[in-house]
Amino acid sequence: MAIGTEFKPTILGFLCNWCCYGGADLCGVSRFQYPPYLRVIRLMCSGRVDLEFIFRAFAKGADGVFIGGCHLNDCHYNPEGNYDALGNTLIAKKILEHVGVNPERLRLEWVSAGEGIRFAEVMNDFSMKVKNLGPFGSSEGIDIAELQSRLDATIQLVPYIKLVERERLRVPVWTDEGYRKFFGSDEFNELFNELILDKLIMSRIMGFLRVKPVSAGEISESLGLDPSEVARHLHDLAQQGLIWFDESQTLVAAA
Amino acid sequence: MANAQKQLAQRSQGPVAGNAGDVMVVGGGISGIQAALDLATAGFKVYLVEKTPTIGGKMAQLDKTFPTNDCSMCIESPKFIECDRQPNIEIMTYTEVASVEGTAGDFKVTLTKKPRYIDEDKCTGCTTCTEYCPVKIPDPFNQNLSLNKAVHIYFSQAVPLVSYIDDDCLFLKDKTCAICENVCENDAIDFNQTAEKIEVKVGAIVLSPGYETFDPRVRGDYGYGTFQNVVTSLDFERLLCATGPHEGQILRPSDKKHPHKVAWIHCVGSRQVVPGGNSYCSAVCCSYTQKQVILAKDHDADMQATIFHNDIRSYGKDFERFYQRAEKLPGVEFIRSYVSIGREIPDSKNVTIRYATADGVKEEEFDLVVLSVGLNPPADAKEFAKKFGVELGPQGFCKTNPVNPIETTRPGIFISGAFQGPRDIPESVVSASAAGALSAQLLKSRRGKLTQDRVYPAEKDVTQDEAKVGVFVCRCGANIGRIVDVPSLVEYSRTLGNVVHAEESLFACATNTAQAISDTIRDKGLNRVVVAACTPRTHEPLFRDTLREAGINQYFFDMANVREHCSWVHSKEPEDATRKAKDIVRMSVARAAKLEPLEEFSLPVNKAALVVGGGVAGMTSALTLAEQGFETYLVEKASDLGGMARRIHYTIEGLDVQAYLNDLKTTVYRHPLIHVITDATITHVTGYVGNFVTTVKSKGRVRDIKHGAAIIATGADEYKPSEYLYGDDARVMTQLELEEQISAGDERLINSQSLVMIQCVGCRQEDRNYCSRICCSAAMKNALKLKSVNAQMDIYVLFRDMRTYGFSEDYYREASNKDVKFIRYEPHDKPQVEAVEEDGRSFLRVTVSDPVLGKKLALDADSVALAAAVIPSAGSEETARLFKVPLSPDGFFQEAHVKLRPVDFAAEGVYLCGTAQYPKHLSETISQAYGAAGRALTLLSHDTVVASGSVCEINERACVSCGACMTACTYGAIDFHDTPRGKKARINPVLCKGDGLCNAKCPSGAVFLKHYTNDQVFRQIDAALAG
Repeated sequence: MAIGTEFKPTILGFLCNWCCYGGADLCGVSRFQYPPYLRVIRLMCSGRVDLEFIFRAFAKGADGVFIGGCHLNDCHYNPEGNYDALGNTLIAKKILEHVGVNPERLRLEWVSAGEGIRFAEVMNDFSMKVKNLGPFGSSEGIDIAELQSRLDATIQLVPYIKLVERERLRVPVWTDEGYRKFFGSDEFNELFNELILDKLIMSRIMGFLRVKPVSAGEISESLGLDPSEVARHLHDLAQQGLIWFDESQTLVAAA
Repeated sequence: MANAQKQLAQRSQGPVAGNAGDVMVVGGGISGIQAALDLATAGFKVYLVEKTPTIGGKMAQLDKTFPTNDCSMCIESPKFIECDRQPNIEIMTYTEVASVEGTAGDFKVTLTKKPRYIDEDKCTGCTTCTEYCPVKIPDPFNQNLSLNKAVHIYFSQAVPLVSYIDDDCLFLKDKTCAICENVCENDAIDFNQTAEKIEVKVGAIVLSPGYETFDPRVRGDYGYGTFQNVVTSLDFERLLCATGPHEGQILRPSDKKHPHKVAWIHCVGSRQVVPGGNSYCSAVCCSYTQKQVILAKDHDADMQATIFHNDIRSYGKDFERFYQRAEKLPGVEFIRSYVSIGREIPDSKNVTIRYATADGVKEEEFDLVVLSVGLNPPADAKEFAKKFGVELGPQGFCKTNPVNPIETTRPGIFISGAFQGPRDIPESVVSASAAGALSAQLLKSRRGKLTQDRVYPAEKDVTQDEAKVGVFVCRCGANIGRIVDVPSLVEYSRTLGNVVHAEESLFACATNTAQAISDTIRDKGLNRVVVAACTPRTHEPLFRDTLREAGINQYFFDMANVREHCSWVHSKEPEDATRKAKDIVRMSVARAAKLEPLEEFSLPVNKAALVVGGGVAGMTSALTLAEQGFETYLVEKASDLGGMARRIHYTIEGLDVQAYLNDLKTTVYRHPLIHVITDATITHVTGYVGNFVTTVKSKGRVRDIKHGAAIIATGADEYKPSEYLYGDDARVMTQLELEEQISAGDERLINSQSLVMIQCVGCRQEDRNYCSRICCSAAMKNALKLKSVNAQMDIYVLFRDMRTYGFSEDYYREASNKDVKFIRYEPHDKPQVEAVEEDGRSFLRVTVSDPVLGKKLALDADSVALAAAVIPSAGSEETARLFKVPLSPDGFFQEAHVKLRPVDFAAEGVYLCGTAQYPKHLSETISQAYGAAGRALTLLSHDTVVASGSVCEINERACVSCGACMTACTYGAIDFHDTPRGKKARINPVLCKGDGLCNAKCPSGAVFLKHYTNDQVFRQIDAALAG
């Protein structure tokens, strides 16, 4: 690849002040080198990373998103915010996968303020991974505008996800293993499909309809959904009064 | 502060009482600065006296600091500004002490203020005089490697930032010039100045005069001063530095060319029993040499570096890894050999070094030779000591109390820093805080009587104004400027929305720059400030303070980290680094425009302290606090106080540890303000700085202790070896067990014919990659003790590097003179120990390769003593979790900053000391315990502590009363309250810690964390991706 066309990804990093940001500082002080792709946003705690931050970053074209917190049980704060970061990341990965974004583009790592070398290692590794995936959308094989519209639909859903997360997706055990087990379980998958995925599809349909009235067939084709699925969702949306059908019952529009 | 001296001078004409302070700190290096700051913060008025034209000391001359390679000036200069802005510190530079009268609590110090020939009040530091001055003199700050003018500012971050006139000035010599007088627009030049006598009354004195580097000219055996390309390590430090003689280019003196082959020679002036040399080890040279090698290789990757060394003494925290890092660099060779300087090659001016190799003596040519010179006492130490009426020790450093290394021989006069003996920066800082604690103890009844609070100008309300952002880009010498194209970054900043001003500076944190930023804010009407420099983790407080000085809210500040996160980590890609720096500034400006003014508020401070761990460290800290009237809870997991010291019987210097320990324990047990809780387990810790609640379980009783500060002094354990038959054969023991046997007069041991000591058991290896620091000295201590009771005993020490740093070196030599035999082994070829029955005799056979003889030796020993590693104490992880403080990769507690905050944690209100931080000797532990107490005093002496304004708030109208925020907050900062629109969440800002978890949980966007709102973060995200 010629130098001029070399792909240099942009990775957005959310670093907690106490550990990972300190680790990144120590990495600098120690002069450990890593590729110049990372753009850092300092937050006090990785638990402050809102789902919306992640989706917004991708919607704006980030090639990768990095979240760095304290090691589990080492959080500077009493409520152990890094468990929130872990839960959010696992949910976000799941959603990203469903909207067609390679979940590998999102990475969560624990780096302590004393681990300068580890920060460099993590950055070197993640930078290469993202670089190999290519620009946002390329490894996905999906048009960027399409990905963005899906992400916008997802962002609309964030308040709802937060509610669902609180009510139904409580992780029983506070360990890394417990979190990963829960988020990988059938129980979670079922809840996820039932509670979030359906809403996500509806949100995408709504996003589509806000542009112009279309037929159910077009929705099914454009969103790559089974026609019977589309019919089910349209029925629900109509019941909630969010959409209406034209007189001939062929076109659907946002209410 | 410039006015202070004038006021002082004026006052000195009047009644003596006008010049009264609490403490005088003599010596304005890092140690003196820290002592002054701690004392001033703890409610004492301090005079900081320095003989050179500025505070800063030797640390200001260093380029970087080991083992993190932090930029020395960058971490020190914020302290200059802190001193300068601290209303309770009067800085008196170019001033020396003439005499001291009186007694502890009531000293009268007479000072001589040398004439600078500059009116400090009028001088603005503009340097016009320097420009016009025709006389060039060697620049002392640059080790005379470059020239400066006869009138100049000592260095660009100097405090006070005013010129001084050197004796080489033509006017001072024969009244021929005086150009400076004509060009100075402020009439600041005053050739009529004469030395001025000033009297100051203080209650205590802290001596921190520092050290002198060894002058190799004295012995003349290394060609220094005769061969141009032989420099000292301090010279080389300046050569490395961006503010050095060649702007950070390493150029050798003879032809100003880059040297490609550089040699370092260790132990120059140290570990030498020769006239003009020093017998002791200077303790810092091994590590600083490694630092210089790493940095030199960073400047020139192709450079060949050869280090001629004796033992490598990497005995400090993270030093071992630092050594490995230097050693692994390509083109770097460490050679263990004594050397002599050969000759200077006439044409090239290269210098040859002769050294021993396996094939005989070799002579090799180098472009540049760096002498790793040791540390001497201050040049005028004898006279200095006489003035203060304190005694010196045999090495010419200050004599101290064996059980209190901070006390001199004169009551009321304390000591901090390298005048105690060679030591590195963190130890100097620790002893400064310790001297602060002891001075405070002496003067406890005077606390707060003479001090005043700092006053800021009224804050301008700019909330209705459009955002006007100023961008200040720091070159950080060459740290940023060498990689990032700073002018183009400034130019780019000007194109960004809301930016009305952008400029660059060499050091944004220099006193004059900080002042200039403050002026620019006012002059240009800025209401948001972005400084593109280093990390906010160290420098944000300084710049926020600068905003307050300028009369705008301190939260209108954002820091763009273009050093740690850019220039330092992308040093091979300047173009990409510049592009990234532009992105970083763009993000910062976008965020800055959205910043809101925030109010900080005061929280009450509970005056009690909790000390975890009842060993010498914990007891000393507890006693220091209790003696000053602060109620202290001392929590110990065992059933008695004493900790590891219960197993130590004597120190290498001969202190009876058990007698000392019993005294200390008795004092602690009897102290009315110390509550000792033994058999204790801490089960829970909540709260925050000034207001902790710790649940302690002891003997079936559970109680909640409320305290404002906590000191972690949980000590360390001795490693239980699995090597060398330990545990299988009773004749194999650890050094501690050996000491117990010696002290108990064990007959078998004392009458045995031979003893083998094996060093580095369980550390300096992959799973414990650190040096346990104390074992080499402990081995010498026990060897000498045994030799004193049984001179006939054969004692062998099998070692890797003898690390008897500092004055312990003398005991190593003594042991060697008493015929203790030393055999070095390599880690890949460790000694073997086997139990042997032969000819009716039972003994331990130790087999070891002798590197000198080049063959295997078999030593028949009656006993084997293992230098078992010092390992983190068993409960460290639990303690770390409870107090929310970090551990280092080796499992010891991790201080807030390796160099400058050695007994603080990053979490406010929690401090550490003793072997919990890293293995250390008893005297070092005591010193650190005083230091930790001193730091805790800076908190406990206040009634309130300021809490960040970055807390959460609720937009009640958006609140849907779901309670998500409440479950996220374990600080109990959120509750529901009744409103006309039903129950709504409410935040108690006093309890909010600003983590923002609730913000991330709130589904309706009602909760927001101030200073990190969604909107502010969105702006950063969008700006990051708008490039």
